[in-house]
Amino acid sequence: MAEFALPKNSKVEAGKTWSSAGGGGNVKRFQVYRWDPDDGRNPRLDSYAVDLDKCGPMVLDALIKIKNEIDPTLTFRRSCREGVCGSCAMNIDGTNTLACTSFIAEIKGDAKIYPLPHQPVIKDLVPDQSHFFAQYRTIEPWLKTDSPAPERERLQAPEDRAKLDGLYECILCACCSTSCPSYWWNADRYLGPAILLQAYRWLVDSRDEAIGERLDALEDPFRLYRCHTIMNCTRTCPKSLNPAKAIAEIKKMMVARRG
Amino acid sequence: MDFKTPLARARGLGSAKSGVEHWWAQRWTALALVPLTVWFVISVIAHIGADHTAAVAWIGNPVTAVLLTLLIAAVFHHGQLGLQVVIEDYVHDERWKLVSLFAVKGAAIVLAVAGILAVLRIATGGVTPGVGA
Repeated sequence: MAEFALPKNSKVEAGKTWSSAGGGGNVKRFQVYRWDPDDGRNPRLDSYAVDLDKCGPMVLDALIKIKNEIDPTLTFRRSCREGVCGSCAMNIDGTNTLACTSFIAEIKGDAKIYPLPHQPVIKDLVPDQSHFFAQYRTIEPWLKTDSPAPERERLQAPEDRAKLDGLYECILCACCSTSCPSYWWNADRYLGPAILLQAYRWLVDSRDEAIGERLDALEDPFRLYRCHTIMNCTRTCPKSLNPAKAIAEIKKMMVARRG
Repeated sequence: MDFKTPLARARGLGSAKSGVEHWWAQRWTALALVPLTVWFVISVIAHIGADHTAAVAWIGNPVTAVLLTLLIAAVFHHGQLGLQVVIEDYVHDERWKLVSLFAVKGAAIVLAVAGILAVLRIATGGVTPGVGA
């Protein structure tokens, strides 16, 4: 059966409360998920106090401040700090999003920060995404053609190029896939919203010559049809894209090519 | 320990190259059920308080018999398609999955055949009004 309860060794326990940020008037508490693969203990929620008057406006600023000034063992991924790399995807205040583009001011009460749901945790806020990226590899995300390569660039009409808008912006942060209950229960076979949106990005590319082959690879009760239009993907996408619509378009293509 | 590469695991047994028929059937049975259910509910409400004779006469009407047969077929087809998805979602043990799929599909076929046969018996005059089956 699908697992609805956390296994015993995954139950989150109360963690350490780090002493206050020095009595400033504008202190916010951050409750952060901690798990260390080496200490044999259950995961726990550590509580950090951050003086917002001495901190940047984003959740990522606070995490970096905590790591620099309070607890250097806190582990998380980050790189671009402007929402284009997808590294700092995590569950913030109950929603999967990017730490670098979420304002601390928009969180009421203590800020609760967990890793992306239903992914194996490597350490603290760092999930293991090898399966996610292997699934990306399975849709063969590159242009496929049989016609000989043209002398110059492959031309594309402006209206065909416009079909890629809302798709090419995906940064593969995995916020959508890890918010999808269907992906939680069946990630071993279901590709999930992020990968299906990427699949659709190649299906509508006017320069690609492998649409049929791509649809063949997707036509599967699990790979594609585990999507039950729950729409968590669209609701949570930090780039405001619409994976649910992309999946619906793939389903329409499947119907369009039947006899 | 499992030394499979992530790519091998993601590819698994490959694509089943099916699923569109199931999805499509779920859509058109749902569409068919909209008018059929509305018609059925209105008809049942219209027959509140009616006796056995009136019921047999209503079902015996050819239009009613056709619509009822279609309703029963669509309900059970749609129902088993939906339950199949629920089972595939949540039952991950291969044996239990097979057993529950067979049970659901078997029950749907038995109930649909029983329902349609009942309508046909009345519609073809096999049931005398007021006497019972």
